[in-house]
Amino acid sequence: MIKIVGLHKSFGSTPVLRGVDLEVRRGETMVVIGQSGSGKSVLIKHLIGLLKPDRGEIYVDGIEISRLRGDALQKVTRKFGMLFQGAALFDSLTVGQNVRFGLERYTSYTSDEMDRIVADCLAKVGLRGVERLMPHELSGGMKKRVGLARAIAYSPDIMLYDEPSTGIDPIRADAINDLINVMKTELRVTSVVITHDMVSSYKVADRIAMLYDGRIIEIGTPREIQNSGNPVVQQFIRGEAEGPIKIF
Amino acid sequence: MPFFPRPRHTIMFLEQLGEVGILVGRTLRNIFRRRWERGMLIQQLEEIGVRSLPVVLLTAAFGGLVFGLQTYIGFHRYIGPGSEVYTGPIISLGLSKELIPLLVAVMVSGRVGSAMAAQIGTMKITEQIDALFSLGADPVRYLVAPRTVASVVMVPCLTMVGDLMGMVAGYFYIVIAMGVNRHVYLQNTMLYLELWDVATGLIKAAVFGAVIAIIGCWQGLKTRGGAEGVGRATTRTVVISSITILILNFFLSKALPASLGLK
Ligand SMILES: Nc1ncnc2c1ncn2[C@@H]1O[C@H](COP(=O)(O)OP(=O)(O)OP(=O)(O)O)[C@@H](O)[C@H]1O
Ligand SMILES: [Mg+2]
Repeated sequence: MIKIVGLHKSFGSTPVLRGVDLEVRRGETMVVIGQSGSGKSVLIKHLIGLLKPDRGEIYVDGIEISRLRGDALQKVTRKFGMLFQGAALFDSLTVGQNVRFGLERYTSYTSDEMDRIVADCLAKVGLRGVERLMPHELSGGMKKRVGLARAIAYSPDIMLYDEPSTGIDPIRADAINDLINVMKTELRVTSVVITHDMVSSYKVADRIAMLYDGRIIEIGTPREIQNSGNPVVQQFIRGEAEGPIKIF
Repeated sequence: MPFFPRPRHTIMFLEQLGEVGILVGRTLRNIFRRRWERGMLIQQLEEIGVRSLPVVLLTAAFGGLVFGLQTYIGFHRYIGPGSEVYTGPIISLGLSKELIPLLVAVMVSGRVGSAMAAQIGTMKITEQIDALFSLGADPVRYLVAPRTVASVVMVPCLTMVGDLMGMVAGYFYIVIAMGVNRHVYLQNTMLYLELWDVATGLIKAAVFGAVIAIIGCWQGLKTRGGAEGVGRATTRTVVISSITILILNFFLSKALPASLGLK
């Protein structure tokens, strides 16, 4: 479904990704873990064509997307729903218009049908009757959930979640984990989830990949990751300040 | 030698020129080839046109007054008392060809161009531009194209209103305040002011409109580095577009024929 081969990306003279290889199978939930600043958001933005690799290829359904432009690229973005780390709601539009945005551009539902889907998707993330509010009237966690509703509204095949539970209370965060799982079982959505929350990783992941030093250093099922012999992985999943990863 | 352009600066300048060129190309493609974002266009027409009207009227009025004042002094001193009735065509020509298009463009760039940079810049740093793209709205089509079309349409319209206001203000100063013969003043104005004089002003205004929108959007789209970056983008927009407008103005005035002999 998604295949990343030898992905390199630098900003100026700072290399961020230095040869990432990763394959995500159809219908699976791949969790990518890694330290803050390790390039997880950069990685996920390559999948949808928001960033172009310096070197390497990205295949989505067998099509190499990193050199596509214009309409050809928008055909690919149609397959993706993306939850941004900071929600990225359009602040000049109401919540309802935000959730409708992708529907209007990617689907041909009537206006009434769209209204219903919008209400539906908002309900799925635990929000009701907020359509007319403006984003600045929402709390941080509510924004995140509206961002999620906006991403799932047009039923994409692939969901990219950039830290879905960050900034959300633990109960709501778990509800979002459930939603990710429901999307997988009921709608057969393929997902890439970025997180540094190990509890939710174990709950949603079919496989977990760890990004470290610009590469995927370990990949496996939650059990395999837990039993990993790699000290870097062990330090990260246990959340220890002491270890091979130097933070100062 | 601090003012000698160094190779590094020349390269940076050419790079930026290239960026603008690419943005212009993409904007044109979007304007001529794709479906328009009609809602955005209407919103921008209102924002640029209707909301700029008070500022334009005010600046045009005082531009007209002061231009009347100095022309009166000039005629009175160098041609002689009584020649002030012939100021009409000079005032109208100067206003409609130069002063009003420039004043309007600089005011609109300060009011609207900076707002474009701030708004798009904020969208950039909060990932809203990325979100647009991921939801099937090409940022150039959704943000840049409507702003450019609206600005190219509205700056000439504002200039036309400004021309009228400026000429009325000039008339007010010369005829009403200084007591020059109304009849002769108007007759002379009608006799010597060509439609083309007004038209060149409007053509320039359309070009300035494009400059304002493209530079505002360009700076917005390349914003980096938080609130500070947005502030920098807005300031730069006003400086770059005002300078570009002033420089372009000279070359456009030079290139456009002075008269077509049309009435
Ligand atoms: N547009 C950009 N320009 C320059 N540098 C960038 C850009 N985007 C990201 N970076 C750099 O790339 C590195 C990785 O950033 P990224 O946002 O992917 O981290 P992350 O793994 O998502 O971290 P977090 O968990 O804190 O979100 C950072 O050092 C960041 O400074
Ligand atoms: Mg991130």
